[in-house]
Amino acid sequence: MSYQWNWDVFLQPSATGDDTYLGWMFAGLKMTLTLSLSAWVIALLLGAVIGVLRTVPNKWLAGFATAWVELFRNVPLLVQLFIWYFVLPELLPEAWGNAFKQSNPVFQMFSASVLCLGLFTSARVAEQVRAGINSLPKGQKNAGLALGFTLPQTYRHVLLPMAFRLVVPPLTSEFLNIFKNSAVCSTIGLLELAAQGRQLVDYTAQPYESFIAVTVAYITINVVVMVLMKRLEDKVRVPGYMGGK
Amino acid sequence: MTYEFDWSSIPGALPFLWDGLLVSLKITLLAVVVGIVWGTLLAMMRLSSLRPLSLFAAGYVNLFRAVPLVMVLLWFFLIVPKFIEQLFGLAPGTDLRLTSAMIGFALFESAYYSEIIRAGIQSVPKGQLSASYALGMTYPQAMRLVVLSQAFRNMVPLLLTQAIILFQDTSLVYVSALADFFGAAYKVGDRDGRLVELLLFAGLVYFVICYSASTLVKRLQKKYHPA
Repeated sequence: MSYQWNWDVFLQPSATGDDTYLGWMFAGLKMTLTLSLSAWVIALLLGAVIGVLRTVPNKWLAGFATAWVELFRNVPLLVQLFIWYFVLPELLPEAWGNAFKQSNPVFQMFSASVLCLGLFTSARVAEQVRAGINSLPKGQKNAGLALGFTLPQTYRHVLLPMAFRLVVPPLTSEFLNIFKNSAVCSTIGLLELAAQGRQLVDYTAQPYESFIAVTVAYITINVVVMVLMKRLEDKVRVPGYMGGK
Repeated sequence: MTYEFDWSSIPGALPFLWDGLLVSLKITLLAVVVGIVWGTLLAMMRLSSLRPLSLFAAGYVNLFRAVPLVMVLLWFFLIVPKFIEQLFGLAPGTDLRLTSAMIGFALFESAYYSEIIRAGIQSVPKGQLSASYALGMTYPQAMRLVVLSQAFRNMVPLLLTQAIILFQDTSLVYVSALADFFGAAYKVGDRDGRLVELLLFAGLVYFVICYSASTLVKRLQKKYHPA
């Protein structure tokens, strides 16, 4: 194999002339980070609510939360993304659908991606939150109720403060996953990191340099997240529990 | 809602969709089998006291787990065809997408399987291995007859759950335009201008398969590990 390595390709002005190919990569990185972090906010908020609902003694609420988790866990992410992007605008009332389809294409792709990733991940976060709540000794809830707390107060003051601390380590891996899963959004044309990598191949015919750069970028994100989460884990861990001191 | 559904393109497309489903299942099955075998070897290497072996396994697993599956597949679609063409002297341009996808998934999933298996092996008490040695077994005998056989029994639900996730992930071969189940559904929908119906149908089929499979796994788990 006689492959011509050319790392200088990143410094060449891009085909559109207004940037270098390295600039494309950074634009992709920025998109990946923006997308993943926005989706993570949605996933955390919804996941916490759904996870709590799965543990409450109310058939309807718990049933709703279970249906939510099963729905988002048993359909592939790619299929969900295509449904958000291609199907939902058709099913909205016509005026909304048209307004959406006439909006900026990047906005369309980005909003579908954020919602898709956020809701997909919320089901996984919910499972971790539920496991965290269920791992607490039953006596904690009973003690809260016996002290005269209402059920919401028991959750607010007794169960959740513990559960949210216990749940941080398993959430680290979900947080890592959201960055990796965001690469799926390249399939609808959103120019995040993986998509920029492919575009670079088309424009420069230097596939190895471009794929190596993208791969290194993902590994870097992974390492940075792990280091930051390790700090957080050390900070919030509960003495006396697994991994605690 | 003003959208008018028209499901009429699905019945005629069922044979094509079925072929797609078989492609998805083929990739899944091969990746599960290779993933478990190669994953077991990786897990044993990682737990080995030989430094080069454990470093290699750790590097392999961490690398694959840090990179998105989409990126891994793109790598394999880039490298594998060139490699195989050279190896077997095939004409350039032979369609090797399925082979590439299979190799990519198998090697990628091995990393995930090896982490499950490593945890399984570590859950077997150390005394078991010492006892096997005391009985005069060699390392391969002790691993095969005592440690792994117990570890695998505990791991069955996790291995199956991973297989369900893997089945869902096979839809990502879309990046190579390979007609797996999702690819087939997309092609039909695109051809007939019925993307809405076909995408919803694909989602439903995936949901039914994965939900039934995970319900079965849960039942199996309850039967063998009544909590």
